[in-house]
Amino acid sequence: MASENPTSVEYIKHHLQNWKVCKTDEGWVWNQCQDAGFWSINVDSVIFSFLLGALFCFAFWRVAKSAKVENPGRWQSFVEMTFEFVDKSVKDTFHGKNPLIAPLALTIFVWIVLMNFMDLIPVDLLPWAADKINVLAFGAEPGHTYLKVVPTTDVNVTFGLSLGVFFLLLFYSVKVKGVGGFVGELTLHPFSSSNKLVQIILIPVNLLMELVGLLAKPISLGLRLFGNLYAGELLFILIAVLTSAGIGGFIGGGIAYMIWAIFHLLVIPLQAFIFMMLTIVYLSMAHEDH
Amino acid sequence: MSIDLTLLFTMIFFIGFVWFCMKFVWPPIMATIKERQDKIAEGLAASERSAKDLELAQAKAADMLRDAKSQSAEIVDSAKKRHTEIVDSAKDDARSEADKIKNGAMAEIDQEVNRAREQLRSKVATLAVAGAEKVIERNIDESANNDLFDKLVKEL
Repeated sequence: MASENPTSVEYIKHHLQNWKVCKTDEGWVWNQCQDAGFWSINVDSVIFSFLLGALFCFAFWRVAKSAKVENPGRWQSFVEMTFEFVDKSVKDTFHGKNPLIAPLALTIFVWIVLMNFMDLIPVDLLPWAADKINVLAFGAEPGHTYLKVVPTTDVNVTFGLSLGVFFLLLFYSVKVKGVGGFVGELTLHPFSSSNKLVQIILIPVNLLMELVGLLAKPISLGLRLFGNLYAGELLFILIAVLTSAGIGGFIGGGIAYMIWAIFHLLVIPLQAFIFMMLTIVYLSMAHEDH
Repeated sequence: MSIDLTLLFTMIFFIGFVWFCMKFVWPPIMATIKERQDKIAEGLAASERSAKDLELAQAKAADMLRDAKSQSAEIVDSAKKRHTEIVDSAKDDARSEADKIKNGAMAEIDQEVNRAREQLRSKVATLAVAGAEKVIERNIDESANNDLFDKLVKEL
């Protein structure tokens, strides 16, 4: 976006572009990453996801350090409320004994809520500030700074989470059922037969179906979160475009922005909750021996 | 929008945060919540116990009150009895004392009467003798007179 007054298309494209650094033939370069493939990093996603996760850890750790049994403060009460909500969700769904599940669910829930929450910051605020800083401090050309502030609108982040869950799922499947049990689960269901020959014929069919089911878990988990948040972010951007269309557009856009933000208040915790619940359910399935 | 190195970063962060949460955040807060739940349960049990204690104490107090009432009634009864006893014995004492004083007084009166009578008698005798001497103005046999007078005196 080189011009001072971008067209709508340029504006939207600019907003949907990550701040990138990537490895090219001339070494690591900023924001010239059309052909970089795997060896590029979305710096904004990395920074914001790390800061928000660290914020979660630090805030909750402070409460944990000074937790009072009697007369808990407001912040501690809020944290405990979150804990009991997560703990109840885990206990209702997961019946095994695993000290990892509850903290995992809590981390997923709070981290995703925080990352989704970035969506409610006005779309132009942080990119505009970053642009100003970049221009003033580093002498960059205006409009050449890219910043996407919602990490969950980056497919890498959502897949990072869902693949993490997927690996845990594989790990616990093998740990609880053994390699044989896990392979058996993949190959002997849903079609089975007492006839050995028929069973052997059925194995590839079962394997295909089960593998699809297995792989669908992380993909659906990651894509659901990404899709919801990406769509939400896109709508915010479109409404922001609308506000530039005269006085009527400005007022209408403002109202639409507010309505969409209120609706988004539902989507933010809901998507985090769905991600958390599905994680618990998948890991619970991994622990169940047939 | 494509899969790139960001994915690896996110996964590393994810593992790190989950590990941190599992190690430093979840156990202490869960322990605090558990401790509070235990404390509340304990407090409820204690309050139930103390309510029972209160009931017992109330029953005991009622018993003691009843005992004290009956005891005090007994004491009042015995005091009344003692009171009448004392009054009766005082009356008896007073009566006997009065009798004694009356008897003494009576005896004294009798004595005085006797003595007065004796004096009167002797005085009358001498008076009579003197009167008679003067009346008859003659010397009479004193012994015969004495006999006469003695007779007279006895008749008095």
